[in-house]
Amino acid sequence: MAVTMAQALNTALHDAMEADDRVVVYGEDVGMLGGVFRITDKLQERFGATRCFDTPLAESGIVGTAIGMAMYGYRPVVEMQFDGFTYPAFEQITSHLAKMRNRSRGTVTLPVVVRIPCGGGIGAVEHHSESPESYFTSTAGLRIVAPGVPGDAYALLRRAIESADPVVFLEPKRRYWAKEDLDLPIETAPIGRALVRRPGRTATLVTYGSMVRTCLEAAEAAQQEGWDLEVVDLRTLVPLDTDTVVDSVARTGRALVVHEAQVFAGFGAEVAARVGERAFYHLEAPVLRVGAYDIPYPPAKLEHYHLPDVDRVLDAVEQSLEY
Amino acid sequence: MTAGNGTVQWLHDRYADMRRIRRFEDITYTLFRRGTLDGTAHMAAGQEAVAVGARAALGADDYVFSTYRCHHHVIAAGAPMDRCFAELLQRRTGLCGGKGGSMHLTSVEHGVMGSYAIVGSQLPIACGAAWSAHIRGTGGVAVAFFGDGATNIGAFHEALNLAAVWRLPAVFVCENNLYAEFTAIATSINVEHPAYDRAPAYGMPAAIVDGNDVEAVHEAVATAVGRARDGDGPTLLEAKTYRRYGHSRIDPADYRPDEEEETWFARDPLTVTRRRLDELGVEASRVDETDERVGREVDEALETAMQAPEPEVGDAFADVYAEGGAGWRS
Ligand SMILES: Cc1ncc(C[n+]2csc(CCOP(=O)(O)OP(=O)(O)O)c2C)c(N)n1
Ligand SMILES: [Mg+2]
Repeated sequence: MAVTMAQALNTALHDAMEADDRVVVYGEDVGMLGGVFRITDKLQERFGATRCFDTPLAESGIVGTAIGMAMYGYRPVVEMQFDGFTYPAFEQITSHLAKMRNRSRGTVTLPVVVRIPCGGGIGAVEHHSESPESYFTSTAGLRIVAPGVPGDAYALLRRAIESADPVVFLEPKRRYWAKEDLDLPIETAPIGRALVRRPGRTATLVTYGSMVRTCLEAAEAAQQEGWDLEVVDLRTLVPLDTDTVVDSVARTGRALVVHEAQVFAGFGAEVAARVGERAFYHLEAPVLRVGAYDIPYPPAKLEHYHLPDVDRVLDAVEQSLEY
Repeated sequence: MTAGNGTVQWLHDRYADMRRIRRFEDITYTLFRRGTLDGTAHMAAGQEAVAVGARAALGADDYVFSTYRCHHHVIAAGAPMDRCFAELLQRRTGLCGGKGGSMHLTSVEHGVMGSYAIVGSQLPIACGAAWSAHIRGTGGVAVAFFGDGATNIGAFHEALNLAAVWRLPAVFVCENNLYAEFTAIATSINVEHPAYDRAPAYGMPAAIVDGNDVEAVHEAVATAVGRARDGDGPTLLEAKTYRRYGHSRIDPADYRPDEEEETWFARDPLTVTRRRLDELGVEASRVDETDERVGREVDEALETAMQAPEPEVGDAFADVYAEGGAGWRS
């Protein structure tokens, strides 16, 4: 059955709420409307207004209350309406959600999931198109999950909700309507495991989130050039499955990290450094990074210049091969 | 009058609780002066009546959320003082295994669900705890303490609105000690009472209470807790009080006018309660005995803490994640 990522996420929330009555889902316009992207569609109807509800416009309040609920056995899944609206809650996420467990010598465990529809590509300008992952990956205590395909959106969200640790769950909003043939429920590899989405011999594209699809398309197009690209989908940024990446690079000898976020001090820098540290003698070329420019998110008319696409990926592959 | 309050013994016990905190704070200050303690500490001396009066109105199912100025709340909750000292001394036996320090004292078993050093953060968190008590029907109440300065940060306003609109069983207690660090609160708000005057905007009942009178605090908190337990929603209390020391250990509080200090120090909560005990016919010698007994307890707690082992490097990597360690990141 063709399932969109939005449907997969909605079903994951539904199934998680059915499986465990400690799961509560809330945020701005999440209850009655079902979320501005309809990810929480019909959950209030099905589970009632105690399990799925609307909040005042107060992101620090939303994440703060989730921390308090989680202290007492609930498993809150909160929605940040858009990436940029997460920043008012940044303090709660980085200073408390991430750190209470450490600070309380493990007595306070906070199984909270913060869902963030993130990234651009939908003509939605700044505050509505951000890639905030490296703000969170540099904060110990959080798990960062970034699915790129509907099956993973379902399975990883289920695992995230079951996780004892707080999870920042990054949903590539431009892929909400992308389809995959699958039957739900589905199990995929656990949090912390990367997957080779497409095997190849010429070079490794390491990617996650919205760029998984771009990289797969690039790999298809690359066949015309006679290049056989391997695509590694990280799926989770924390914990990072360095082994799968290094194994792949050991086979292909070339690595490119592709993400939607800006290149400068982006997550790709961490991946590149790890590959350099662990696969140095396998490398035929420096690890290259393909991502957005180091500018505030541009107006809608310019976003296709800003975001990496198939051509930018292939140009980088060529650069790697010519090295 | 609520249970226990009004009896002479009750008041004498509260006096002992406050004396215990005062002794703890005086010793803490000395340890810093001597360089025995690293980092910083925010002494709560002078504000004991708020913590002790409030605590006496709470039960085992209630939760307390505090700030970096937290020693009084944690001790009032009954957390062992040796483990409080050990935390300040960064010992393994500390309440937080030495990882939290003075500003983060936490004791889940005593209902102290964290002390938060980012001003205002604990208020929304307390709302979540109150929500959970409400939905689970435990009858529990979440009490969040904060300073006058905290009434100017967004989280305060988000939390008050959330609590009011969801009718949460929460009590918000502002310890108005007139200063936010070195800034007089009067210079940073356009109303007279930083907490009380804001309550109408949230449709929340509020009261001003003498924060140096343990009986008055107890009564006000008991009323608010009763309202919360009855399903009538949150209350905002503003306790007027004053700190004996500066903002933190390095601050001599030179910015405070002499007359202001004199007026407030004359109304020190221990002095106020001693006078009250005297009026109630308790002999001064009995109160002196309490001072000595409690003093010994605190001194012994310090001795125990000083013997406790220091943390090991591996401790820094423990408890960062519930599943898997943190070592792989490094
Ligand atoms: C968000 C934030 N801003 C600034 C600080 C630095 N700071 C620590 S305490 C304090 C004053 C707070 O005053 P108040 O709320 O009145 O509490 P008090 O210290 O008097 O108990 C400030 C500015 C902080 N910890 N958190
Ligand atoms: Mg103050």
